[in-house]
Amino acid sequence: MALVLSEDQQLLKDSAKNFCEQNAPVSVLRGLRDSKDEQGYDQAVWSQMIDLGWAGMAIPEAYGGFDFGYGGLGVVLEETGKTLVSSPLISTVLVGATAIVQLGSETQKQDLLPKIVAGELLTAIALDEHASHHPSKIATTATRIDGGYSLNGSKTFVLDGHIANMLIVVARTSGEADSEQGISLFLVDANAKGLNVARTIMVDSRNSSNIQFNNVAVAEDALLGELDQGFNGLDLVLDVARIGIAAEMLGSMQAVFESILEFLKQREQFGVLIGSFQGLQHRAAEMYSEIELCKSAVRAALSGLDDPETTQTEVAELASMAKAKLSEVFFLVSNEGIQMHGGIGMTDEFDIGFFIKRARVAQQFLGDASFHRDRYATLNGF
Amino acid sequence: MQSQQKFRIETRTWLEQNCPESMRTSMVQEEVVWGGRNAEFANSDSEIWLQRMAEKGWTCPTWPAQYGGGGLDKDQTIVLGEELARINARPALTSFGISMLGPVLLEYGNHQQKQEHIPKIVRGEIRWCQGYSEPGSGSDLASLSTKAELQGDNYLINGSKVWTSYADKADWIFCLVRTDFDVPKHSGISFILFDMASEGISTKPIQLISGSSPFCETFFDDVKAPAGNLVGRLNEGWTIAKRLLQHERTMISGFGLSAGQSDNGGTTSTISSLEGTAMHYRGDSKKLSDPVLRDQIARFKIDADAFAHTSRRSVEESKHGHGPNATSSMLKNYGCELNKRRYELMLQATGSQGLGWEGEGFNDEELQLTREWLRSKANSIEGGTSEVQLNIIAKRVLGLPDILSLAQK
Repeated sequence: MALVLSEDQQLLKDSAKNFCEQNAPVSVLRGLRDSKDEQGYDQAVWSQMIDLGWAGMAIPEAYGGFDFGYGGLGVVLEETGKTLVSSPLISTVLVGATAIVQLGSETQKQDLLPKIVAGELLTAIALDEHASHHPSKIATTATRIDGGYSLNGSKTFVLDGHIANMLIVVARTSGEADSEQGISLFLVDANAKGLNVARTIMVDSRNSSNIQFNNVAVAEDALLGELDQGFNGLDLVLDVARIGIAAEMLGSMQAVFESILEFLKQREQFGVLIGSFQGLQHRAAEMYSEIELCKSAVRAALSGLDDPETTQTEVAELASMAKAKLSEVFFLVSNEGIQMHGGIGMTDEFDIGFFIKRARVAQQFLGDASFHRDRYATLNGF
Repeated sequence: MQSQQKFRIETRTWLEQNCPESMRTSMVQEEVVWGGRNAEFANSDSEIWLQRMAEKGWTCPTWPAQYGGGGLDKDQTIVLGEELARINARPALTSFGISMLGPVLLEYGNHQQKQEHIPKIVRGEIRWCQGYSEPGSGSDLASLSTKAELQGDNYLINGSKVWTSYADKADWIFCLVRTDFDVPKHSGISFILFDMASEGISTKPIQLISGSSPFCETFFDDVKAPAGNLVGRLNEGWTIAKRLLQHERTMISGFGLSAGQSDNGGTTSTISSLEGTAMHYRGDSKKLSDPVLRDQIARFKIDADAFAHTSRRSVEESKHGHGPNATSSMLKNYGCELNKRRYELMLQATGSQGLGWEGEGFNDEELQLTREWLRSKANSIEGGTSEVQLNIIAKRVLGLPDILSLAQK
């Protein structure tokens, strides 16, 4: 398991860093928020990201991708996390493409993946139905109708739901409301009849939405993966996404920490730099240590994803470790980000507020720390 | 890559033929081999295992073959480590010579000193102890006052040391002494080696809250050390002292790592894993019935996992750099705090059965746990307190301004 970046990954990381600093600094997100942008992301920035090949990062060459692995996508996510880039990278490239690669039929892969690489298709996963993450607690139903299925129910916290061309809907085709059995995934055209997408404005200024399904009819071939047996595959896709989000969080917390260090080295009170105070030094040193652990957790998880010998259970453990750890530390660092900057940290003019807002949404997305500690314990047999 | 594969096969074959069966079981405290003039081998296979490993230099695999070391490069060392782990081989030799003195002697010692001491460390012939802390010099180590005066061909040493682990069992000591009292404290310290059998040395064991301990007080009364035993230059011992501390911290950080590993299952029995212990004492079979403890254990294990990955990453990164650096402070601090957490959770998991002191009503493991829990409290004091490690991280890694250096001026 490689815990240091390969030369190629380092080059990619450097170029991603450069790109984000030049083309997508935090001020871009601020602008989207202030102008109440309809799309919720900057089309010019996204187009450039497509041109850089980021959309095809973890997609096999056979489907038009660049086969750079999750290690590659991970370093890109880390850099986009540093400047809080709002783009379809997570919904479409991390989650959507992974779902299609992992679960799709040959036809679905041939049809959809090249479109993702080219930036012609945006996806969103419609999964959560409650305020807390619980991927098997699915009440949305897909019932058999002539020539396909009919979907009914409602979804919440759907990232990029209002801009996606295609939804990946997790629905129940059989079984009890909380059972892992009987869950199936469907590809649903965003323009389908009976679909009602309502954008929600979240604290982190990223896209989210609530979606209603009222007798939404889909064809037989809309099924993604196996009928009734979708949970296992879904869980793997979610684990990949959790690890990717952890990589993004790693970048964000590093940006906060850098800002803290910079402030400690230039702010004077009582006639000295506040960075000389032991009370603050020790908190900074502890954060540094925690961030180092986060870096290792993310690298281990990403390289686990790219290693064909990693079992699905191992991926699950790595994902829960990474998501739990990163959620905890991002919580700590984002809080300290405000506190250690003092009054200026509370002002909207200063960027640090964007990070604490993003932190809480990222912590919640696909399971918070306590969800993943519980899952980790279960996976370890206790 | 091919030569590495070849080395792996050779190593595997050699280990299969040379590692005695009983050395392929988890180490028990009483059978740890410390070597020395009066080396004790509670298990006779330990002696055979030590001889064979020492002959190949594999007790110190990275040290130069010229001085009896294994002469292996980093990749080969990793392979050797993996192959040893594969058969669950015990360390053939544990010593402060290996973990602390050897590396700095190789870096700062002269040829004669290396030739005299390194091979004996590799073969476990001489057991070393560390003369660092003094009654008045703990975290402020550089304020030490044990004095060494040059008289003819010898240094005459007077003063005392404290927390000298195994001073009563060691053959030689590496010792920090003050050779100049008239300069700033860091500039008057020298690093010297001498025989613990010399006249004028006495030791007294220290009783800890956990009971008896390897720690001693050590007294020097006109002890003579040959002038040639001074390592590095006169009054420049602080540089060597700090370097050695980095090695010590790397060693201590392993406490936390091994805690993480034993919790990852594998060789240890179920009962010695945290979750196994907690479930055992609660009579749980499928799921730990105390949800709060379960969450705390999960959190601990996740941190231990992430820490183990960090230690491995630091090894991988050092392949491109050189030896331990200021991040050893981070690993030391985190590893020690993790180990303390582990013992607190272990105690919680074991309930009142983890609180026995001696005698009937408790099994050996339970009684050992009580003592180990208390002993673990020293982890964040020895080798530099956690607070000192955080100071070092703040100053050396984060580049924050140093208020202590202002205080010293």
